[in-house]
Amino acid sequence: MTHTLQPVDDPAQWIICEHCDSVYDAVPLKKGESSYCLRCRAILDRGPRMSIEQLLALSIAAGIMFIFANVFPVISISLQGLHNEVTLWGSVQALAQGRITLIALVAGLAIIFAPALQIALLFWVLVHAQRGEIAPGFKSCMRALEHLRPWSMLEVCLLGILVAIVKLAGMLDVHPGAGLWAMAMLMVLIVLIAGKDIRRLWDDLGVGPT
Amino acid sequence: MNGIPFAHEHSVTLCHVCSYVCPEQTHQCPRCESPVHRRKPNSLARTWAFLLAGLIFYIPANLLPVMFTTLFGSSSENTIMSGVIEFAEGGSWDIAILIFIASVVVPCIKFLVLGMLLITCQRRSTWAMRERARLYRFIELIGYWSMLDVLVVALVAALVQFRGLSTIEPRLGILFFGLVVVMTMLAAMSFDPRLIWDAEVDDV
Repeated sequence: MTHTLQPVDDPAQWIICEHCDSVYDAVPLKKGESSYCLRCRAILDRGPRMSIEQLLALSIAAGIMFIFANVFPVISISLQGLHNEVTLWGSVQALAQGRITLIALVAGLAIIFAPALQIALLFWVLVHAQRGEIAPGFKSCMRALEHLRPWSMLEVCLLGILVAIVKLAGMLDVHPGAGLWAMAMLMVLIVLIAGKDIRRLWDDLGVGPT
Repeated sequence: MNGIPFAHEHSVTLCHVCSYVCPEQTHQCPRCESPVHRRKPNSLARTWAFLLAGLIFYIPANLLPVMFTTLFGSSSENTIMSGVIEFAEGGSWDIAILIFIASVVVPCIKFLVLGMLLITCQRRSTWAMRERARLYRFIELIGYWSMLDVLVVALVAALVQFRGLSTIEPRLGILFFGLVVVMTMLAAMSFDPRLIWDAEVDDV
């Protein structure tokens, strides 16, 4: 659905395209609807897909899956009677060697720290929002969520695990671990809860300019 | 075009963190307290800087080995391309193509598209604006998939640690490759897609 501008005088009702700066009148969208910018065709807004209760439930599920994905090994291998397995943290540590330690920090951020923070912050914000309250530190949490989003790379990590399995299957026995299944579910949950949709909390909770 | 008003014609500007419609003169979003700019500051210069840094890192990323493998006494070093070729020769065409796309095609597309966007914006070109805007969104979307190779090397190096039999270690190339991904991500983030449309406006 597309909506054109009928200029009104209330900027609170405006919506600005972040890709080309066009101004439109915001139209309340129903579930499943989205509005597109007429100038650059970027998505302006989406109707809410889930209620706050649903988002909270999914963020709790994501927290549990995150723990499973990190505690249990994601891949285990065996070679001539020897056995070895790796967790997400173990793979980050494998990069922390001498001159290349910097890349271990990037990998750790992408597959462990960023998702962990996203889940924790979402839980904190949503557990209060569900009671109609504004969480202490709400502004900082919401800003952090925006800045973390591009650095959270669980989808890439999941594909990386699958590629590693195929790569090693040629030379030794490879078994996917319990962490892999948790990782797959965690990835879906993060996609559902950590998107830009969360910005609607600003309006839902009525957080205004101070 | 179409007579759709721009934000500055209404003296407002968008907060990129919380989508609040801010008055044009403010430097801080009244709602979420993030810095607000009419356009991202020094967007073109910063994007060029990150892009060139990424291009420079891309050379050692491809020339230096990313992985050192010892298997039953024989050892070998792999660069990104030799890893892809090894997969292809071993018959895993699907994986070879996947890694080739993530490690070679995606970074190269990012370099080309961002360079093209920067040059056309500097010339204030009105050519194919909508398509260029779409290309930018595409670049933002695919950018981080290049981290694939870094994570694969990390997992494989952590797993294959059988002293005397077989070990795999990461090598310096993977650091440069990771930095290429980070630099191109920062370049895409510092580019302001609104500059594409500024060519339509006279007073910028």
